[in-house]
Amino acid sequence: MKADPAAVATGVHFIDGNEACAEGAIAAGCRFAAGYPITPSTEVVEHIAKRFPKLGGVFIQMEDEIASSICFQGAIWGGMKAMTVTSGPGLSLMMEHVGLAAMTETPSVFVDVQRGGPSTGLPTLPGQQDVMQVRWGSHGDYEVIALAPNSPQECFDHIITAFNLAEQYRVPVFFMMDECIGHMLGKVRIPEANQIDVRERKFTERPPGQYLPYEIYSGDQPEMVRAGMGYRIHTTGLTHDARGYPEMNAQAQDKLIRRLCNKVLDHTEELTLCESDQIDGSDVTIIAYGITARVAAYAVEQARQQGLKVGQLRLITLWPFNDRLIRDVAQNTRSIIVAEMNLGQMVHEVRRAVGDKVPVHLIDSAGGAIIEPETILAKIKEVVS
Amino acid sequence: MSDAPTNSTPTNPVEKLLRMERIPHIWCPGCGVGTSVNCFARALDKTDIDYDNLHVVSGIGCTGRVAGYVNVDSFHTTHGRAIPFATGLAIARPEAKVVVYSGDGDLFAIGGNHLIHAARRNIDMTVICVNNFTYGMTGGQVTPTTPYSAKATTTPYGNFEDTFNLPNLVESCGAVYVARWTVYHVRKLIKSMTKALNTKGFSFIEVIAQCPTLYQRRNKLGDGVMALQYYKERSTVQNGAPTVDVGLDYQSDIIVGEFVDKPRPTFMDKYNTRMTEILGNKFVPYEGVK
Amino acid sequence: MSQTEIRICGLGGQGVIMAGMIIGRAASIYEDRFATLVQSFGPEARGSECSAQVMVSDVAIAFPYIRTSDIFVAMSQGAYDKFVKEMKDDSILVYENELVFPDDQMPKGAKKFGMPGTRIAEDELGRRIVFNMVMIGFFTAVTKLIDVEAMRQAVQNSVPPGTEEFNLKAFNRGYEDGLAQVG
Repeated sequence: MKADPAAVATGVHFIDGNEACAEGAIAAGCRFAAGYPITPSTEVVEHIAKRFPKLGGVFIQMEDEIASSICFQGAIWGGMKAMTVTSGPGLSLMMEHVGLAAMTETPSVFVDVQRGGPSTGLPTLPGQQDVMQVRWGSHGDYEVIALAPNSPQECFDHIITAFNLAEQYRVPVFFMMDECIGHMLGKVRIPEANQIDVRERKFTERPPGQYLPYEIYSGDQPEMVRAGMGYRIHTTGLTHDARGYPEMNAQAQDKLIRRLCNKVLDHTEELTLCESDQIDGSDVTIIAYGITARVAAYAVEQARQQGLKVGQLRLITLWPFNDRLIRDVAQNTRSIIVAEMNLGQMVHEVRRAVGDKVPVHLIDSAGGAIIEPETILAKIKEVVS
Repeated sequence: MSDAPTNSTPTNPVEKLLRMERIPHIWCPGCGVGTSVNCFARALDKTDIDYDNLHVVSGIGCTGRVAGYVNVDSFHTTHGRAIPFATGLAIARPEAKVVVYSGDGDLFAIGGNHLIHAARRNIDMTVICVNNFTYGMTGGQVTPTTPYSAKATTTPYGNFEDTFNLPNLVESCGAVYVARWTVYHVRKLIKSMTKALNTKGFSFIEVIAQCPTLYQRRNKLGDGVMALQYYKERSTVQNGAPTVDVGLDYQSDIIVGEFVDKPRPTFMDKYNTRMTEILGNKFVPYEGVK
Repeated sequence: MSQTEIRICGLGGQGVIMAGMIIGRAASIYEDRFATLVQSFGPEARGSECSAQVMVSDVAIAFPYIRTSDIFVAMSQGAYDKFVKEMKDDSILVYENELVFPDDQMPKGAKKFGMPGTRIAEDELGRRIVFNMVMIGFFTAVTKLIDVEAMRQAVQNSVPPGTEEFNLKAFNRGYEDGLAQVG
């Protein structure tokens, strides 16, 4: 279905990524948000708090991020589309509830505007150090979806994607912004509501008595209901059976956890969003995401002007990680440079996928400032020489 | 399950509330949690609440398992976080009655911050706290309500910390209805639960209950029956007692009763009032999921 | 030139970010071009250094950070000293000429246009807060980067309701001063 015209701020705007993210969430149908103030993400909920009362939505500033990250799941089971928003230390506090959302298959969106860490780190300065945390931060095995926008326009466009994927796959979806993208102002074109595809929650059509909340009737997703529909469901963070009842043994665990992982992993190709440019026949290909991909694009342009054959792959989907995509790059380029604002996180995934096919170099940064394009250009020259 | 009830085999009134296919439950023989659930079922029967619009949320622990046995939409969440989950659920479902059913450790130790804020905000929910003075599920550790000198596995020489006075704490945070009973006082507990279920806003009932396996045994207090005897002999009903006076000591007298009953606008009432005042007809109230 | 790199720098409280925001809005909303704004500021809300990097372009902007500036708007001497070196040859300096004193660090061929924005805002218009409006009016005239009507629309839609007229008056005052200088 399409977005609600009464809620969509159609038009051309000059706004920052945080505000664009809030507007995108509204367009996606989000009407509940729980959050706790934390730099550099706070403007997202500030904007939500201003807009929601005029749209029939409710924002609640909770007492901490632990509360925020489960409060919005309560609203989701009450039938609403909802999100929570945080950064750095707040994300660390939310980890247990990422696991809960994965285990209970709650269609949840976590917005993370990344800053430098660990601990309090660099509240006002950027980092890309959370990419492994969102993948592995909660205990146990589970899968998530993570998207990394690189402009205010994409903050609008892809938070809608994030909500739609959350509904489709019933997993935690992370929206991995960073301080640069969150605070950068840019032109954002918000389309007419009838141009915005919004995935509604699909509730079961089975009558009570012929429905189990975690039974797979078709495909690889259980069918959802919300509280109050008369189904008398039970959900638990414990290992459970199709009824949602605790069933704690190795067989039940194996069946459930593999299904929770495979329902994402089996759809890696459909979930892959990326942009690739002039990879075939290149001497080196830069792989980057978020703000670093914008810096890399600038450096790549300069390198090309100097006659170098440089390709670029920008990852928008960070998780699930698409090995096939990276192997294809390795087939068609002579070397790879991964640039990221951390001391090496996604580079491990790239190296794993590439094996020893081509050399994989890393341009790292501890965070706090963008990686300079000159640094990338110098590395390109070093690698191709 | 398929046998229709007949006149000669009257159905237990509690069965209506329970997921009978999950019985027997996990609680030990002589445990007080089940008694509280029995009272809860009977209390519900005395209200007009439609079971489809009753949602039970639990945290983790022995009492945290209540959500798994009640045949309503029920959510077994994470340790200490039943209240924030219930906050989101209650806001999303203004037409529903949301009940948080959990234990003293879950609600007042790990979940203490959420409890005081939900009371302050006057979120529309009923919190039933089964206080057995111990962490049962993990084997009998000290909690914020374990009395001075009582033994727990983590206070092998007797507890030396001061405790929370639960009714006093939740009253000072803004709860609109506060009561305490023991599982000996089943009729009064049922009445109180009925009242809490019919109250708008943050209502709270402390249910003092025995843990014969861990708390009673470790402190050489005998079995479940001995505990009920203690509750019977040493409890005094003092409705309206100042909550500051109802603190508990080890095996002390227990003041029970309805302590607080003073309605005030809920979180959503105040939200709607404020937004209407400021935004006028630009305000679009949330009226539940269509 | 399809992409113009603008550095605006001054002290917190001078309205540096708002100035950048109005230029960005004018370009992207009212001229249907592209713009980005990246801001940085010190921990104090007032008095510490505050800088806006604005890109204006006819095509989508890949890289939003300034390496070398085509236009440098300097509102304090500290700002000038810090960023004069990133000015391109033949670029433009727009400055508050009672606070900033350009020297021989200016690159060759660069033009400079100064006006006493603070004094005009404070003494002539009576409100120091419109200093940034005076300066972006001046900027509009001397740089000719953005159409004056687009800038006026952006001003109107960026300031608190009820203050539009006063802010436009300040903008126009700076604009006229600029026109007089460029002829």
